[in-house]
Amino acid sequence: MVHWTADEKQLITSLWGKVNVEECGSEALARLLIVYPWTQRFFSTFGNLSNAEAILHNPHVHAHGKKVLTSFGEAVKNLDHIKQTFATLSKLHCEKLHVDPENFKLLGNVLIIVLASHFTKEFTPACQAAWQKLVSAVAHALALGYH
Amino acid sequence: MLNHDEKQLIKHAWEKVLGHQEDFGAEALERMFAVYPQTKTYFPHFDLHHDSEQIRHHGKKVVTALGDAVRHMDNLSEALSELSNLHAYNLRVDPVNFKASAGQGRGEFPGVRDQPPPFPSLPGVRAVPGAAGSGLPGAEGWSAADTVRFALQLLSHCFQVVLAVHLADEYTPQVHVAYDKFLAAVSAVLAEKYR
Repeated sequence: MVHWTADEKQLITSLWGKVNVEECGSEALARLLIVYPWTQRFFSTFGNLSNAEAILHNPHVHAHGKKVLTSFGEAVKNLDHIKQTFATLSKLHCEKLHVDPENFKLLGNVLIIVLASHFTKEFTPACQAAWQKLVSAVAHALALGYH
Repeated sequence: MLNHDEKQLIKHAWEKVLGHQEDFGAEALERMFAVYPQTKTYFPHFDLHHDSEQIRHHGKKVVTALGDAVRHMDNLSEALSELSNLHAYNLRVDPVNFKASAGQGRGEFPGVRDQPPPFPSLPGVRAVPGAAGSGLPGAEGWSAADTVRFALQLLSHCFQVVLAVHLADEYTPQVHVAYDKFLAAVSAVLAEKYR
């Protein structure tokens, strides 16, 4: 179980309260596909991903990004039970989606950059540290079900 | 590796860094120390308090060097040759330190805190000029080059966070990918003299 200090929990939940899940989620997924183009292999049914503009305006990317970040929100609501929260999704990513868990780290770091660009000065080093710990914990939990 | 458009994006965004090298550099280092405490082991002799003179001074050096790299993107190896030597021959790292904080096996990511404290033999670190590190006890496959490359990745990520904070929506996905590639290229050059 991840140990959170009271400050870390506060930094995470207070920032999350201001996150526009649809906007940040779609942007995070779009950035993942743009910055790490090999991740596009998991989204072959999404249509046009041929360049950054296409990706940024792709409705499938938009919808799926929102879905991914909404799911991420479950971690924020269950900071003390992250492994259990993502147990089913972990199985799914391994058995059905065949995603290399290394990619979870990439998405985590992309999300950090999205938060940094949206919240700017409010995204202090302490805030970043708490959120990096969270994205790491989620990535870890998603990798646990792999066999 | 970087196409023409990406180079233009990098140069254009860099104009926002000019005049703020010390601030941005200090912030990048501070973020790296906060998020990845194991990187503090590279600076045992520094005052690592917020806004310390040493962090500001070193931050300015780092970002000024990056500025040189921006101006010589077509010839990074030559432009960064001195720094590459410096990092390879002067940076004294015991790869065992990094093993302790890199975590064991799949699933332990260095971003997670609650890591064991830095290896107590820090004062006994040794220079590893060009050594592959494979003979070092306990290194388990981590060479000196690996540790430096890995640490530079952490700094690169934190520098990108600084850019995102200060450029906000001007740090577009296109600028993001350009800088991600550029910083990866710089890190590779800096680590290349290790072996």
